[in-house]
Amino acid sequence: MSQELLDKVQTLLNTAFPEATETAELLYNFPVFTIKREHIHAVLKCLKEDPSLNFHFLTDLTGMQTADEKYLGVIYHLHNMPNNYRVRLKTFVPIDKPEVPTATDLWPAANWMERETYDFYGVRFKGHPNLKRILNVDEMDIFPLRKEYPLEDQSREDKNDSMFGR
Amino acid sequence: MSKTGNTELDKEIIEEKEYSILNLGPTHPATHGIFQNVLKMDGEIIHEAQPTIGYIHRAFEKLAERRPYNQITPITDRLNYCSSPINNMAWHMTVEKLIQCKVPKRVDYMRVIIMELARISDHLICNSVVGVDTGAMTGFLYIFQWREKIYDIYESICGARLTTNIGRIGGFEREWSADTWKRIQSFVDEYPKGLQEFANLLERNKIFMDRTINCGPISAEMALQYSFTGPNLRAAGVDYDVRVMNPYASYEDFKFDIPLGQSGDTYDRFMVRQHEMWQSLEIIRQAMKNMPKDEPFHADVPDFYLPPKEDVYNNMEALIYHFKIVMGEMDVPKGEVYHAVEGGNGELGYYLISDGGRTPFRLHFRRPCFIYYQAYPEMIKGIMLSDAIITMSSMNVIAGELDA
Repeated sequence: MSQELLDKVQTLLNTAFPEATETAELLYNFPVFTIKREHIHAVLKCLKEDPSLNFHFLTDLTGMQTADEKYLGVIYHLHNMPNNYRVRLKTFVPIDKPEVPTATDLWPAANWMERETYDFYGVRFKGHPNLKRILNVDEMDIFPLRKEYPLEDQSREDKNDSMFGR
Repeated sequence: MSKTGNTELDKEIIEEKEYSILNLGPTHPATHGIFQNVLKMDGEIIHEAQPTIGYIHRAFEKLAERRPYNQITPITDRLNYCSSPINNMAWHMTVEKLIQCKVPKRVDYMRVIIMELARISDHLICNSVVGVDTGAMTGFLYIFQWREKIYDIYESICGARLTTNIGRIGGFEREWSADTWKRIQSFVDEYPKGLQEFANLLERNKIFMDRTINCGPISAEMALQYSFTGPNLRAAGVDYDVRVMNPYASYEDFKFDIPLGQSGDTYDRFMVRQHEMWQSLEIIRQAMKNMPKDEPFHADVPDFYLPPKEDVYNNMEALIYHFKIVMGEMDVPKGEVYHAVEGGNGELGYYLISDGGRTPFRLHFRRPCFIYYQAYPEMIKGIMLSDAIITMSSMNVIAGELDA
């Protein structure tokens, strides 16, 4: 079923936005698409409003940072409950200009999830009604989940992790 | 408000409102957790609410990026601490999905039993707290003996009561003892009496019904827009349950009903949870009856599942595996998975990206509380302060899950 869904979404995206899709693959039986940043809002809107796919439910929205630390990603999990379709969309933006259009106009639920993503990764959601920190203190001046901020104090010398992988 | 007879002046008096600001929380005894809401009040009516969250934020997602896979289970305990076993099992299943490990049917059934017990204890607390907030302390006190019995079962399985850390990747840490099975059986036999007693106390109680019906309602449409899941969504009349939609842990083998509400108000949320407890009991009965007897209690994944202790001392291979697991040097494939389970209050999802290293590259918890709590200000707009309190307790917002 996942392969069919992947093909279906891909066909729709290819006809509506021929330039938008960068990758389309099945990861652990889950259709995953990487969408260019310029198109992400239009693609989300299209997937939500398409009568046959109708991804009406935003399961999750979160951020990530790529391994080379040059890009930030925003990951959307969409769900169509009656048919039980699920897809994952990703979009990547350069870390020095992390701007993504907001999805709050499509799903009010995106409000806090985008604030959380901003709080931890510093992705700026354009058009968000209230883009403030949500879990961390307002005075914080870093984006803590970025890889440049390691968890433990790097000046410690009593622990040598180089023997164990990372 | 007195009328002067002059219509123009009356209009002015009625429209002239004086708002007062009220800080509800962060540590208010009525909110059962650390929640702050700055309320703009018009007398006793809430005009506007501004929630502040994050008071017990513990950076779990960052912590998880430094911990090997088997050390993340204790973090998940502390999300929704009213039903920690569900969180533990969800994490084990996420990793099993990543390493493509198939567990024996027996493990699935044991997981189902422990998850449904956790669901019962979660709903029990939520519902009895709704009772407390409406003034009925009795139910809360009586119901605690049943939660105690569930916690005794956890204790006999894993030694802990609240932050359980039950199970391992691939199965359970050891076979459940005869005492555990006896406790589960006696719980299944005796609990209906206690639940019925609690139901008699509140379900058709005139005072309780007057207090909760039409209190803090949410429509199905709005609930979907705000990504509600779990009992709160079902109370609004949407029959979405992860156990049925995307069965995990062999839930497809069980026959149970999904209780639904209609108006999504406090009473419906209460009743949905009430009926779900009966269904959970039914699922436990079925699991006990159909439990496969001659299967092991863990999958055969030596890379992730600790070998028996006597082998570690006598067998070189077991010692190597033991060392690798304890030091977090398991070989994990690259990949990304999303695994969702039906938690105590909705779809609990783990989104895991692995780069093949000893720790997750990125782990995100989809916490149902965090997502649906943002609809709270809208739900309590224009209702009384005391109604806002029971609306919150009936939504079952757990601070640990909200703030992660």
